[in-house]
Amino acid sequence: MIDSKKIIAIIDAAAKKIESEKDFLTQLDNEIGDGDHGINLARGFKSVEEKLATFADKDIGAILKSVGTALVSTVGGASGPLYGTAFMKAGNVCKGKFTLTDEEFAEAFNAAVEGVKMRGKSAEGEKTMLDALCPAYRAFKGGVDGGKTLIPALEDSVNAAMQGVEYTKTIIATKGRAAYLQERSLGHQDPGATSSLYILQAALDVLKKG
Amino acid sequence: MKKLINAVEKVEDEMILGLVKSAPKKLRKLDCGKVVVRADKKGNDKVALVSGGGSGHEPAHGGFVGKGMLDCAVAGAVFTSPTPDKIFEGIKAVATSQGVLCIVKNYTGDVMNFEMAVDMAADEDIKVDSVIVNDDVAVKDSLYTTGRRGVAGTILVHKISGAKAEEGASLDEVKRVAEKVIANVRSMGMAISPCTVPAAGKPGFTLADDEVEIGIGIHGEPGTTRAKIISADETAKILLDKILADIDFKGSEVVVLINGMGATPLMELYIINNFVQDYLVANGVKIYDTMVGNFMTSIEMAGFSITLLRLDDELKKLYDAPADTPALVK
Repeated sequence: MIDSKKIIAIIDAAAKKIESEKDFLTQLDNEIGDGDHGINLARGFKSVEEKLATFADKDIGAILKSVGTALVSTVGGASGPLYGTAFMKAGNVCKGKFTLTDEEFAEAFNAAVEGVKMRGKSAEGEKTMLDALCPAYRAFKGGVDGGKTLIPALEDSVNAAMQGVEYTKTIIATKGRAAYLQERSLGHQDPGATSSLYILQAALDVLKKG
Repeated sequence: MKKLINAVEKVEDEMILGLVKSAPKKLRKLDCGKVVVRADKKGNDKVALVSGGGSGHEPAHGGFVGKGMLDCAVAGAVFTSPTPDKIFEGIKAVATSQGVLCIVKNYTGDVMNFEMAVDMAADEDIKVDSVIVNDDVAVKDSLYTTGRRGVAGTILVHKISGAKAEEGASLDEVKRVAEKVIANVRSMGMAISPCTVPAAGKPGFTLADDEVEIGIGIHGEPGTTRAKIISADETAKILLDKILADIDFKGSEVVVLINGMGATPLMELYIINNFVQDYLVANGVKIYDTMVGNFMTSIEMAGFSITLLRLDDELKKLYDAPADTPALVK
């Protein structure tokens, strides 16, 4: 079970994590992209943080939708529409809810991942954020379906995302700006998969604190 | 980082303000952000052209707003696509009953942000369509990848579809012409030194004194191959051979665009052009016209790109039509 207060705390933690890892994300993006992933995401999450105070009495659907809209209108690049769509789609399935069961959380997680696939016309294995998000969702869903509670299921999810980030080093990019490097993208860790991992880690950290 | 700026976070805004102040009779900035529109916007008698993308490509795209080219250009942060809400503001500001055509360079971010903006405009019953420019032959084109990038050839799409729109043609007709240009334009670029995104503070890649990057895009990203520096003629030949292998330009009339990446002196661009002209003629390509200068830059990157556009009678006439923008007058 997760309530709207926790959701707000997770978003706050994600914003702080992105801000603190901004330079590392930018460095990763410099190697295979155009070096702005950390800068752009940090700008977007900063604008989300400024809105946090207005979220207090809103339902989870409205909160996630506001996060998505703020990201879409401040991040730019590809990560703005992708993360923005993810939060908006997750918000859609949480409309009017102030608490989420673990199954409902999985449903929102799935909607977010499907949103990224739709907006990016992409799938797993293309060296993108989906290489962290897809295995992370599968691990979470598998855990919940197998009777695990929220925190252990999310731990599995974060571990799967970590492996996904490692996996991006072994594949050639076929989507996003790293695709222009063709074989030269090999050996590099995908910045989008990495930022996705950070957001999941932030969620786990908050829930573990209780 | 050594740059003539005031503050990193003000770079884009001050650039747009300065651009508009450089041509107050031609350009006007919208209050909502880095959106530049024609100061002489006409009534409901023509299709409006909207383009844009990250900043750092000056004079693109704001410098090409004006009679015979764009009606609106939307700029994002340096090398970062503008957001859908800003693009939507631009579309609304210039929309006419004839409709709006968005000209988008093929980058994942630009395509997604314009797509969302087009959806928002369509929801408000604005007649809107878009084309995607992908002229860069350095990148393999494939259905399963992001595909080729949009680079300097975009300027010729602005010029020619802008002329068609100015004639009062329908949205479908303007789109058809834009797509004809896209089908017939090819580019490739290289760099001898990288550029630094102001907010990043460090260059996108580093090159030894004797190294160059071949097949670069326009966002300071590394190219498809790194090589030892060779002469201007040999370098130009590498780019041209790749372009000529993609489309058979033999026997066709072409526009040649030698584009500086930002920090390349005109002296070097003319040296490149000297070879390009002779090489094309020797390969049976007829040169209709040539443009040499900084049209689609990558901040202070040193390097250049070559663009060839194959013309037919229709494109020739539209290419020759008048244009009056800060960066291109015809």
